[in-house]
Amino acid sequence: MIAVEVKDLKKTYRVYRKREGLWASVRGLFRREYHQVHAVAGVSFQIEQGEMVAFLGPNGAGKTTTLKLLSGLIYPTAGEAKVLGFVPWKREIAYRRRFALVMGQKNQLWWDLPAQESFRLHKEIYRIDPADFDRRLDELTNLLEVRKLVGQPIRELSLGERMRMELIAALLHRPDLLLLDEPTIGLDVVSQRKVQDFLKFYQAEQKLTVLLTSHYMKDVQALCKRAIIINEGEIKHDGSLGEIVDRFSTYKVIELLFGGEARPEGLERFGEVFDDNFPRAKIKVPRNQVPEILSALLAEYTLDDVGVHDRPLEEAIAEIFTATKNPVAPEHAAVP
Amino acid sequence: MRTHWFILKTCISERLAYRGDFAFGTLVRFLPIVSSIFLWSAIYARDSDHEMNGYKLPDMIAYFLLVMVGRAFSSMPGLAGGIARDVRDGTIKKYLTQPVDMLAYLFWARVAHKLVYYFVATGPFVLVFYLCRGYFAYSPDLPTIGAFVLSLVIAFLIGFLMESLIGLISFWFLEVSSLIFIFMMINYFLSGHMAPLPWLMNIFGDHPSAEQTARVVMLLLPFQYLAYFPAALMLGKHTGDDLWQHLAVGAVWVVVLYAANRVMFARGVRRYSAFGG
Repeated sequence: MIAVEVKDLKKTYRVYRKREGLWASVRGLFRREYHQVHAVAGVSFQIEQGEMVAFLGPNGAGKTTTLKLLSGLIYPTAGEAKVLGFVPWKREIAYRRRFALVMGQKNQLWWDLPAQESFRLHKEIYRIDPADFDRRLDELTNLLEVRKLVGQPIRELSLGERMRMELIAALLHRPDLLLLDEPTIGLDVVSQRKVQDFLKFYQAEQKLTVLLTSHYMKDVQALCKRAIIINEGEIKHDGSLGEIVDRFSTYKVIELLFGGEARPEGLERFGEVFDDNFPRAKIKVPRNQVPEILSALLAEYTLDDVGVHDRPLEEAIAEIFTATKNPVAPEHAAVP
Repeated sequence: MRTHWFILKTCISERLAYRGDFAFGTLVRFLPIVSSIFLWSAIYARDSDHEMNGYKLPDMIAYFLLVMVGRAFSSMPGLAGGIARDVRDGTIKKYLTQPVDMLAYLFWARVAHKLVYYFVATGPFVLVFYLCRGYFAYSPDLPTIGAFVLSLVIAFLIGFLMESLIGLISFWFLEVSSLIFIFMMINYFLSGHMAPLPWLMNIFGDHPSAEQTARVVMLLLPFQYLAYFPAALMLGKHTGDDLWQHLAVGAVWVVVLYAANRVMFARGVRRYSAFGG
């Protein structure tokens, strides 16, 4: 069953262009120049119920605008969207009961009050059955390891703890769709890991539909099988994460650990050497020549260890980001 | 209604979070009345029995004490600015994505704000009124006291609805601080906060038609319900049919401002583009 269906969705903003300098500021009082920003320029995609999809793109690509459109916060300039059977920007109460939006650390919790007070208010706002509320709160605080902190004012919690409380607040009413904008931004490694582990477990258990934006590829790799890549308001790729690497990786990386006393010569003949730090070195080699080059390396050098890796996901995605109006065709993709 | 009760309870808890600042802020608000008493004593210094525009010195002091009560209901510090800030920084999305009505939410938050204020301020109010009891010449009967309570409810509703209306303008103009300043200036004059409204009307004394126009304009505007009307009512300046007519006009203003808020909110949300989200 389709949870999110978007067809040719567009959002154009009219933005004031401020020129530099004092005189321009004074002139701006009388006459202003505006230009159009096509934040979302006709995107179409579908998300199945229970799917967890990463929505990736550089800053200003249109990710957050799309999330705002899907949550009904803004009206589109053109196009259609059906989310859980609702048109989001009609902002029906029935729709608002069925999804949750978590945007970074812009918190929905009361800053000066303990999280439990905000949770109780959510219970009333979303009309959660008291028994369900107690059970869910117990489950979520246990899973996110914040049980002892629910009585502490939000302002006294760390960033990671606050983010976990935000997630609890977002999930108490058991939404069918969770829109997550940068859920791990600014968190330390431990908190990032906790949030990731929780989302992975909870999404699988509840068959929750999740659309997640993140600049942090470890989030994406840990949580999502599918990624939609957007740049300049247009979708550049929609498919599995594996496909991204296949499509945009014309090379692989061979990692070598030399056994001798000195760095051997002539390594450059096999490919582009980088991260050259004896006794270790890495070489980029064309994907279709990996077996031959590997055999040649093993024959020529004394190696204690060798490994072959795909191109890092970050690099493949960065290449899609930089391929702006004319996406790089896979067969012509340049080896950086 | 149960949700509103919980919003109210949560907002009360939040208001009580900073006890020291709250108690200090509440008490400091009594200082202007002291300066008002000195100022008007100086104005009437030559002859305290002299009547100006229908007010003797004791009437004037009683008036300002009652204005203080009216303003304790009608003033809404931070409401319009708070809405503008929420629109500007995107915090407003909390109200737009949750199944809540933002205006109802803000209303109950403000009720909580006021209840906590009255809880702290009632003692000092009683003390001030007891010490100044000699200034009150008029003894209101029970219906007048009932009408006074009703006028305070109207003061609260009109105060809330006017300020929230200004806050909602931020959907169009992100910065409304100048507008709030202008509103406060107009409010200061036309609500009777600076001086009783007959004083303002009498500045046109040499031009009877202008005075009449000013009288009609001032009495038809909603501002008088924020301070002047509750105070004048308790001083016996409005009685009988005149009193009930004023209350009826006040009630009409509540309905009109409520409808204006609803229209502005609906249009504003449509225009909203989630700045800073």
